[in-house]
Amino acid sequence: MQACLFYLFAALTLLCGVLVIANPFTRNPVTSAMFLVLTIVSMAGLFVLLHAFFLAAVQILVYAGAVMVLFLFVIMLLDLKEEQSRKIKAGAGLLGVAAAGGIALIMLAVIRRSEVGGGLAAPSVEGSTLDLGKKLFTDYALPFELISLVLLVAMIGTVLLSKKDLK
Amino acid sequence: MTPVGLQHYLVVSVLLFCLGLLGVLVRRNVLVIYMSLELMLNAANLALVAFSRFNNNLNGQLIVFFIITVAASEVAVGLALIVALYRRRHTTHVEDMTALKN
Repeated sequence: MQACLFYLFAALTLLCGVLVIANPFTRNPVTSAMFLVLTIVSMAGLFVLLHAFFLAAVQILVYAGAVMVLFLFVIMLLDLKEEQSRKIKAGAGLLGVAAAGGIALIMLAVIRRSEVGGGLAAPSVEGSTLDLGKKLFTDYALPFELISLVLLVAMIGTVLLSKKDLK
Repeated sequence: MTPVGLQHYLVVSVLLFCLGLLGVLVRRNVLVIYMSLELMLNAANLALVAFSRFNNNLNGQLIVFFIITVAASEVAVGLALIVALYRRRHTTHVEDMTALKN
């Protein structure tokens, strides 16, 4: 049952990932964004299979909710009609496939050779909200406070960049 | 059917990462390139959660928590930059952005 669900979610994630970058029917960024939402949701399914329940919820709330809505807002804001007609150069496409495929082959070979994951104890860790919260507010209290600074800086930067007379 | 282990998740993560890389290399629309970057970030997150689960160590999930936060703020700033760029140049096509080329 678990294996079936894993293969289902993995296939969904990869299929939607392919459709984000290379949709054969349309070059519209809105379609890409929608398939990215699907990728993220099926990846949340993988997180649940890994017993990372809190992260699965955060993934859907923050990524599929907040981030992708922001993306869609910007796509709708910019009128991108004439962008769709341009062609991708065949040479550049081939080179890109070769580069990405080469890196994929190297990393897959490393995973195969290293036999990573062999000889480990049976997994028992649960990513429950309780455990994560306890760790977050004890061991990771300082990074947790610092991340609020990052958010503040991002907010100020966004407001500044969106001003009309940007100098 | 063999039980699903760490390697299975890592393979999915690698494939997803390379999909994102391919998108960054091939696509010419800044917004789609940005989405491909998000894909790569997500692939790294998946690898971290898988390692965390199979090593019985919760720290990996905490790192993913921070990565999601940083990614959210990065998206906000990046999209603001893209909007500012579009206002000035009226394009989101990377081949039109050649101000530094000559």
